[in-house]
Amino acid sequence: MKQRLLTAIAAVAMVASPALAELTIVDTSYRTGPYAANGIPFSDGYQDYFTLLNERDGGIGGEKINLIECETGYNTEKGVECYEATKGEGALVYQPLSTGITYQLIPKATADGIPLHTMGYGRTSAKAGEVFKWVFNYPANYWDGASLAITHLAEQNEGDLSGKKVALVYHNSAYGKEPIRTLEKLAEKHGYELMLLPVDHPGQEQKSQWLQVRQQRPDYVIMWGWGVMNQVAIQEAVNIRFPMENFIGIWWSGSENDVKSAGAGADGYKALTFHNLGSDYPVYDDIQQYVVDTGNAAGAGDQIGSVLYNRGMYAAMLAAEAIKTAQEMHGTAAINAAQMRDGMENLEMTEEKMAALGLPNFGPEFKVSCENHGGNGFGAVSQWNAEAGAFDLITEYYQSDQEVIQPLVEEDSAAFAEENGIEPGC
Amino acid sequence: MFYREAGDFKTSYVADSQTFPIKFDRFRYYAVLLVAFAIVPFVINDYWVNAVFLPFLIYSIAAIGLNILVGYCGQVSLGTGGFMAVGAYACYKLMTGFPEVSIFFHVIISGGITAGVCVLFGLPSLRIKGFYLAVATLAAQFFLVWLFNRVGWFYNYSASGQINAPERTVLGVPITGAETAPWAAYLFCLVFTVVCALVARNLTRGMQGRQWMAIRDMDIAAEIIGVNPLKAKLSAFAVSGFFVGIAGALFFAVYLGAVEVGEVFGINKSFLVLFMVIIGGLGSIFGSFAGAAFLVLLPVLLKNVLVGGLGWPTDLAAHFEFIIVGGLIVIFLVAEPHGLAQLWRVAKEKLRLWPFPH
Repeated sequence: MKQRLLTAIAAVAMVASPALAELTIVDTSYRTGPYAANGIPFSDGYQDYFTLLNERDGGIGGEKINLIECETGYNTEKGVECYEATKGEGALVYQPLSTGITYQLIPKATADGIPLHTMGYGRTSAKAGEVFKWVFNYPANYWDGASLAITHLAEQNEGDLSGKKVALVYHNSAYGKEPIRTLEKLAEKHGYELMLLPVDHPGQEQKSQWLQVRQQRPDYVIMWGWGVMNQVAIQEAVNIRFPMENFIGIWWSGSENDVKSAGAGADGYKALTFHNLGSDYPVYDDIQQYVVDTGNAAGAGDQIGSVLYNRGMYAAMLAAEAIKTAQEMHGTAAINAAQMRDGMENLEMTEEKMAALGLPNFGPEFKVSCENHGGNGFGAVSQWNAEAGAFDLITEYYQSDQEVIQPLVEEDSAAFAEENGIEPGC
Repeated sequence: MFYREAGDFKTSYVADSQTFPIKFDRFRYYAVLLVAFAIVPFVINDYWVNAVFLPFLIYSIAAIGLNILVGYCGQVSLGTGGFMAVGAYACYKLMTGFPEVSIFFHVIISGGITAGVCVLFGLPSLRIKGFYLAVATLAAQFFLVWLFNRVGWFYNYSASGQINAPERTVLGVPITGAETAPWAAYLFCLVFTVVCALVARNLTRGMQGRQWMAIRDMDIAAEIIGVNPLKAKLSAFAVSGFFVGIAGALFFAVYLGAVEVGEVFGINKSFLVLFMVIIGGLGSIFGSFAGAAFLVLLPVLLKNVLVGGLGWPTDLAAHFEFIIVGGLIVIFLVAEPHGLAQLWRVAKEKLRLWPFPH
């Protein structure tokens, strides 16, 4: 008994002690809990891409990648525990995949000097790099998403939304509340009426919200949901026969998990995205050859090519490119977290680069700079084809309304800087 | 053998009613306190503070608070999460409203505010009890979370609806915010935990505690022997709310630093603290600590052993954690329904008589 206790204590000490070597990447995943259905494909994609680099290229710049997985269950307290447990091992970047955990980690990571990459989520005003020096949210953020959805609706109405009614069905948390201010500003500009319908965590109970939709008949519904909330919302929309092509989800509400359970009724449902879909890319042949066939695939290996798998892989690809940039800048293969930050801040994604990686036309081009940690806000709209069982892009990549978003970013980041005594500057 | 009462004779009432009447116990507790105050702060790092010590200390305070209500006064409450949220939001409003005041006082005042709210929701306890009261406090849980999510004033109209703890200090040392040193956060919470435990211990063995226990054991009989049920029940709600509020304030300000009310102070938190009280032992201060340690430390330990030590996949380990912790809870409750505190008490009795149990 005593021996076993000692072993347990030693195991705890082992985890807590720092061991600096290789390029350490932490995957704070969630494969359990109410959001697992969406956490699993993202994590699989994230891990598989790094496994591919290790197997095919021997790591990045000759340095092997050491991938640590830590289960958060989408729970803030567990997320903090994961961060504290792994930061001592020389983690280069964190990708928490949860707005709640991101808010916890922004001050901690800033104090510890470890970059955060909150791709398409987290605190939107972190785009202002002069205030949030260690936080990156390229290639697009929530306010971009809100604007992209409104632009798409405006295009369908020949640029005029006045007199229309737009409902926002959102997760009643920091995540879901993010777009409200932007949508209000855009309502002033375009003249539509905004209707707010909050849904409480985790989101199974939406009867009253959809009753309101049925009574007040908004022309369009925009959704900010995640996990089970998406499935329920889409099913409810089908039940009340809301026209699916007038229903647009943010990128976190647009995966196969969300629409498949609603069957043929979900056909025509739209969702935003900031990367391309499907598995028709050269890199998937490599993943098949080096990762799946060698038995190294993460998880059950059944998610390849799904929307969220692609997103996880895209996140890993952006991290790997930032590592390459940092290695070139600092002339060393074994970079540390501070050098990683420089790499992220000078990251430039071009079409040639993506084509060379086997991902032609996979995401929008963008360039990160000290002032702009959020990319250029390009995104596209995808639509669910129930018969083919796949999302298809129905628009080109187009940019969000920077006129509206930039002042909001400046306002919010200035408030944060003042609250926390940060001296903005590059 | 280990626990000797021979030679431990009491010659006065004061000596007889000591908190730790056995000399060996007393010195052991002093030793624990000495280690906690004089040694741990010097060896502690970020991981130990954030993953182990802060949650343990803060949940201990919450468990003590709930134990006073449920364990000593017999008023079942499922509103702990909501009351912790009151403490957190009170602390946030005080921190942002009076930035020049030391955070120490903010935490105490937050406890006071929570005590008031708790008394308000305790009023139905005068007419209903048992499961009915549990449902009434459950309403408090949902109402409070809804309120803090709905009304912008509570979160200073921030765009995301979250509250963030700005940097606040005690005697010039930052206690909240990202620049907090591990030892400062630890010591700050430790002081509150120790003082809360002492206060709770002294309240429960005095007249007030006897009144609570009389109400718990049989309220009609208690009334006949002269206990005022109104005063006894509401004072239990007030004291309990005070401790739970302090726990909520520390949980938000020192431990997490940013809080989303629906997730952090949801119904799960109420259940978690109630389980701590039940597993630790109803009506025992030591039990509150034991229960908090059991439910906070065991999952962390299991995770480190299964994932860090044995290299299991994280999802498998997470599922096994649920099974192991759940299984242990069932085993404990079957083997010792009075909780870890009773287990400890029995062990002590046996040790006192050892090696002659009969």
